[in-house]
Amino acid sequence: MKQPKNVKDISQGDGPLSAVEIHDQIPLPPPFDKLEDEPAIRPLTQDARDKFVVVDDTIAVGIPKPKTKEEEEKLVNGFLDGLRKCFSVADNWTFLQPLMMSMEHCAKCQTCNEACHIYEESGHNELYRPTFRSEIVRRIYHKYIKKHSTWVHGDIDLNWKTVARLIELAYRCNLCRRCAQTCPIGVDNALLAREIRKVASQEMGIVPREIHDDGSVLQLKVGSSTGMNDIVVKDNVEFIDEDTAERTGIPIKTPWDVEGADILLLHNAGEIMAWPENPGAFATLFQAAGLSWTLSSDFAAYDGINYGVWYDDVQFARVAIKHAQAAARLGVKRIVLGECGHAHKALTVIADKVLTGGLKIPVESAFTVLHEIVKSGKVKFDKSRNDFPVTLHDPCNVVRLMGIVTPQREVIKAVVPEHRFREMAPHGCENYCCGGGSGFAIMSGRNFSDWRHHLTGRRKFRQILEAFQGEEMDKEHPKYVCAPCSNCKGQIRDIIKYYDAWEKAGISYGGLVELMVNAMVDAKPGFIDWEWH
Amino acid sequence: MQWLPYVVAYAGIAVFLIAVIARFFMWARMPIHVRWELYPVAHDAKRARYGGSYFEESKWWTKPREVSLLGELKVMVPEILFLVALKEHNPKLWIRSLPFHFGLYLVVACTVLMLGTGVLGALSTSLLEGGFGTLLRGLIVATGAAGMCLAILGALGLLQRRLTEPGMSTFASGADLFNLVFFVVAFGVALVNFLLFDRDFSQTTSFTAGLVTGDFAAFSGAGGEAFLAVLTVVLLSVLVAYIPLTHMSHFVGKYFAYHAIRWNDKPLLRGDKGEAEVNKMLGQKVSWSAPHIKGEGKKTWVDVATEEFKKK
Ligand code: SF4
Ligand code: SF4
Repeated sequence: MKQPKNVKDISQGDGPLSAVEIHDQIPLPPPFDKLEDEPAIRPLTQDARDKFVVVDDTIAVGIPKPKTKEEEEKLVNGFLDGLRKCFSVADNWTFLQPLMMSMEHCAKCQTCNEACHIYEESGHNELYRPTFRSEIVRRIYHKYIKKHSTWVHGDIDLNWKTVARLIELAYRCNLCRRCAQTCPIGVDNALLAREIRKVASQEMGIVPREIHDDGSVLQLKVGSSTGMNDIVVKDNVEFIDEDTAERTGIPIKTPWDVEGADILLLHNAGEIMAWPENPGAFATLFQAAGLSWTLSSDFAAYDGINYGVWYDDVQFARVAIKHAQAAARLGVKRIVLGECGHAHKALTVIADKVLTGGLKIPVESAFTVLHEIVKSGKVKFDKSRNDFPVTLHDPCNVVRLMGIVTPQREVIKAVVPEHRFREMAPHGCENYCCGGGSGFAIMSGRNFSDWRHHLTGRRKFRQILEAFQGEEMDKEHPKYVCAPCSNCKGQIRDIIKYYDAWEKAGISYGGLVELMVNAMVDAKPGFIDWEWH
Repeated sequence: MQWLPYVVAYAGIAVFLIAVIARFFMWARMPIHVRWELYPVAHDAKRARYGGSYFEESKWWTKPREVSLLGELKVMVPEILFLVALKEHNPKLWIRSLPFHFGLYLVVACTVLMLGTGVLGALSTSLLEGGFGTLLRGLIVATGAAGMCLAILGALGLLQRRLTEPGMSTFASGADLFNLVFFVVAFGVALVNFLLFDRDFSQTTSFTAGLVTGDFAAFSGAGGEAFLAVLTVVLLSVLVAYIPLTHMSHFVGKYFAYHAIRWNDKPLLRGDKGEAEVNKMLGQKVSWSAPHIKGEGKKTWVDVATEEFKKK
């Protein structure tokens, strides 16, 4: 396996430092257990290698190789300026203490490594150790900013390759923080990856197009990263209402801009575009339970996404403020977040210490609201309608990073026969990322999706297959992966497609509310559409 | 010159205390930051067991947040004493790290016992006579000897691992190796001194007691014996001063890593005092230079976060 020998390799040579091939990987469980039958990881084209900086055999950011000395210096100096700002209260009060904690105390014990699905599934490629990029950024900081002795902190050469490769490498981490959970000292490699992304974005303007230009910037320009404006979104939701009513036999009307409603529901607008059955199911359940709720057509408030959590504090704050302003204008009592993990963490946890005064509207998860609906008994469910194997994916943002573990399980208990539910191993706070975390689910340029499926999504796919072992692995025996998060769902959809897992093993996926409506006594049976992906 | 080892010991202790207190205040006085907790959060009275939080309740902000100190202690005490996180996630390192850390705890316990002996002896020598005195002296020898042996064994084991385990050796700096060698040498010299000349710790105890009472007695014995005793004091004093100046000060940082970050799930509700602190931070001027920010040290966080993109 091609891999770097040492962190110092980051500044050396020209081509990729690592490449993972299928035979480096551990076979998946049956029926995908033959490495030779797996689709090969497409190599990066020579053209891309010539044009862009590479750290391994794929590209996420796409930093053009500098053509002049000035461009080389701009990269190095921009990075150093940004890194300096990370340690200033004014510029980085948001993460200063967590950052310093992770810069100062790593014992380089490598305990965290095996917690990382990417490192594990790469066949233990050095480049993907959670500590690899952290060690580089620490060495740069100590040597070039603090001018500390390299004897104490380790040596590194800082040139444009170091900087550009390090930024690429910051996008080889799902920011799932599973490694941080195992660190005996409390060091957080995910946080350091995010700080590198932050320097690149906030200082140097270097970010993958999908999450910045086509993501948060688009959301702040037109209202949604999907490109939908308020008129289009209302049209789409009207269509979803009609379609859902046809499927369930229950007429629904999604309320818009209801002043003084109890709940403002924030969907990830990707649901409206890619999985319309999800907002449809929400509307069906909320209406049947008699909740006072509304969607908002206010600017950016019909899209709960906030990609800033992955790379940029300013973009994060801008979007969080838009969401809070919309809720304040309507005078709702609470914001409820739909099935979107990063939106949960963004508005509930991170924005907690960003929004103040009139913008401080209470925020809660849809999972607790759905659990309340189940407990209220206002909606009747017939578990036997979900008589197929079901497993549950725990979105990192909701579970490990927010501690919401049981409500979604209680809901499943109410709508799925007990003997049909199987937990993944491990699950709950120790779950593995779906592989789409930190923006990867929407990043597929060049061969990045191949890299994603083989490195980041493979552990989740492995867990899904393990959960369903013992079942008939064919299309005639459908199995449901409940992934109550839009990004996770996208990643799981992609990996199912990549391995043709519906055709070959009868594995499909969907959200939590779809399972609920599928079991609703008042709805026509068959809400889940197995053949549609 | 008999006071020289005392001066070195005082200096070592002073540097240690100043560095630890300075570190403590550095962490304690850091500005507010956004929440970045990681579950399980040990003080969640009802849900720490499985990693749940108050977010599992609908309208959580209307309900009391139950914080359990006992819950924290249940995690912290075994973690500090037995390094359970390391045991769970890296058993090969744990069998080396546990004796090292536990050895240090025993050496600290031995030092406390010797200081106690000094204070009691200064009050009245009769206090140290009889069974209690014998017990105290026995404990000093037991904790001291066991502590040194465990710390040396552990440090050697850690050194071996750091030199031979691929992931650790490629990341190790000169100082990482030096730190462990320093422990081995300092405790090794102290152990030799114990085995050759001070089997009952009486020299060391009277020296430690002198630090409290101000009775700066000279080390007894011939040249070699006195030299070894002074060398032991100097090496251990330098070690004590050195530890908090390195990343080994993680024993201070770890408290904040848990309490200020990992377990800091305290919500900021409308009208809370913390709002003023957040507002103060939002009033800071940013200098991030990327085209979508262009702070230039002139715009505040509020300015950059409320800029209208829509019309651009
Ligand atoms: S981050 Fe923590 S677990 Fe990983 S090497 Fe550093 S100290 Fe060890
Ligand atoms: S945050 Fe997740 S993906 Fe990133 S290094 Fe840690 S375990 Fe790996």
